[in-house]
Amino acid sequence: MSLGSIFDIAGSGMTAQSLRLNTTASNIANAETASSSTETTYRARKPVFAAIQQSMLNPDQQGLSLMSEQGQGAGVRVEGIVESQADLQMRYEPEHPAANEDGYVFYPNVNVVEEMADMMSSSRSYQMNVDIMNTAKSMMQRILTLGQQ
Amino acid sequence: MAISFDQALGVHEQALQARVKRAEVLANNLANADTPGYKARDVDFQAMMQQAHEKVSGLQMSRTDDAHMDTSAGGSDSELLYRTPHQPSVDGNTVDAQQEQSRFMRNAMDYQASFQFLSSKFSGLTKALKGE
Repeated sequence: MSLGSIFDIAGSGMTAQSLRLNTTASNIANAETASSSTETTYRARKPVFAAIQQSMLNPDQQGLSLMSEQGQGAGVRVEGIVESQADLQMRYEPEHPAANEDGYVFYPNVNVVEEMADMMSSSRSYQMNVDIMNTAKSMMQRILTLGQQ
Repeated sequence: MAISFDQALGVHEQALQARVKRAEVLANNLANADTPGYKARDVDFQAMMQQAHEKVSGLQMSRTDDAHMDTSAGGSDSELLYRTPHQPSVDGNTVDAQQEQSRFMRNAMDYQASFQFLSSKFSGLTKALKGE
């Protein structure tokens, strides 16, 4: 238990949110990437978040006299990135260079409106974590001035 | 007459430690604001201070038999409690980012207050030692 671990916690939050922002950027950039088959079409990617438990990191850590470390969290981690299984958009565009023999083109299952909302949410969460880090920094700086006149 | 730091600093040292602990728990809530199924947690500050006070004053009840009632401050085994959500979200996450942030700021302010007390204690001790 220390102020230092707040930096780790907020840092893990920032890493997770920037990864989420990255996948959102990739999804929006590929929103109109047409393809001639369902296998090669781009699918929307989503990160999966999970909470880190302190006891998982240091199983033999002894609790301080005032409080035990049991069940305490230590930030967030990204378990992986999954591809959305929603249906692809099939459009009839015979003039498209990537059209298959029936004249159909497949477009990714990216919902741009949803992605924009996701983008706003992740940038706000990122800001929040930066804010926490700033506060923890000023708290730590005050500790260093203890006993000074 | 010797100066005992434990007695001179009083409960403020424990208060500062408890504030740091609470800041950590709240920071963790905010880091997990987008984690599905995460349940927001907090510490019972009052119980923690009561425990610290009992420790400082040395007036602790001891249990000599397992059948005795546990009179220690609530939640001594696991001080981390779960928050009751006002408006639970669909994915099971109970973090209300705005509320958690305001609690975090409030906790940081209270930390500053505890720090100020501790700092004054130290400057008082310095003055006493210098004989000013």
